[in-house]
Amino acid sequence: MATTSTQPVFIALQANNDTLPIIEAIRQDNPQAVVHDYPAMVKIDCPGRLVIRRETVEEHLGRAFDLREIQVNMISIAGNVDESEDEFTLEWKSA
Amino acid sequence: MSVEIRTKGVKPLSNSFGHLQRRFGDKPATRYQEATYDIQSTANFHYKPLWDPAREMFDARRTAVMMKDWYQLKDPRQFYYGNYTTTRARQQDAIDRTLDFVEKRDLLRSLSQDIRERIVHTIVPLRHYEWGANTNSAHVSAYGYGTAITSPAMMNTADRLGMAQHISRIGLLVDGNSGDSLLAAQALWTGHADWQPLRREVERMFVTRDWFEVFVAQLLVADALVYPLFFQQIDAAIAGASGSALSSLSDALMRWYEETAKWIDAVIKTAAAESPENKALLSGWTVTWRNRLLPALVPIAQRALGNKAEDALAAAAAALDARAAKLGLTV
Repeated sequence: MATTSTQPVFIALQANNDTLPIIEAIRQDNPQAVVHDYPAMVKIDCPGRLVIRRETVEEHLGRAFDLREIQVNMISIAGNVDESEDEFTLEWKSA
Repeated sequence: MSVEIRTKGVKPLSNSFGHLQRRFGDKPATRYQEATYDIQSTANFHYKPLWDPAREMFDARRTAVMMKDWYQLKDPRQFYYGNYTTTRARQQDAIDRTLDFVEKRDLLRSLSQDIRERIVHTIVPLRHYEWGANTNSAHVSAYGYGTAITSPAMMNTADRLGMAQHISRIGLLVDGNSGDSLLAAQALWTGHADWQPLRREVERMFVTRDWFEVFVAQLLVADALVYPLFFQQIDAAIAGASGSALSSLSDALMRWYEETAKWIDAVIKTAAAESPENKALLSGWTVTWRNRLLPALVPIAQRALGNKAEDALAAAAAALDARAAKLGLTV
């Protein structure tokens, strides 16, 4: 499966205290990510592939984190989702 | 007719407090940062404390350890009052359910007389150790420098009362809520030869002035020996003889110990990495207190584990040494 697409993927999260560490983790793990602040929302664009790593979120959050907790504050996403216990990945997969 | 929905964004002039912006830049701050960084007063003290007129009310010179920035000693758990209390409340709910389970089935009451006496003799007196640890953490909180260390130290004092209470409840489950086991445990702690060496070391910490030394002695060294020894080794020995009723209760204590160790490790690691002088001081304290506490645990370990005591203590000491080495100390 080729995953060479550089079409932007995005994740939009509510802007609140719960998502601060998640956004910080995304910034750290995805140097190409661009964070846009909207009223009550943060939308993060990233060309090709965006990954949220559990370990990085835990580092910023200071406690154990279940990646499914993202869902509570997630507004929207674009991209094919690949989810494991350690990583939540968005990317465009070509068939 | 067409309706156009538009959002109008109002950008805040500032995302966080000025003192946080100077540290982290202008971006939204976490509650932990707001509740921790640069909270303690550092200047313009009006009165010298009567109890220590040579120094200021908050004074970094109350320990020999030196830090350029005391706020580097942050807590990886990021506890502030709000999330600390909700975390502990959630954990207490789970503990209460376990206690309830054990109580309803009389799991500790139905143990043999001999095992119940062993629990009272070797586990219940630790509530006084916890009370000592509460006092020692309060010392760190009172005389420490910078909210980053004094605030989690204060939460640790509350934790220690919780641990003492948990151990007391084990005692009450053993004696059927009569309280006899608690009186017996106090008599053991203050009078029985098995416990006097440990009590002496706990009380020696009470009269140690340097707060960072107290931190190392109590939280790094003493806890790293006491918790694995009592709540793993001795607990396993009792479980081997009588089933795992007690283990279901000591599990909460070990979980707390592992969680707290993350904070202790972060503080020690950061302080040791700051300078070779700090590293030497911290290493020296670790060795000194290890060499005091290890022999202090021998009598009670021998009472509880017999000829396996030596191996159990050696294992705890080896684990402490490995942990200290990982934190950058030379032990």
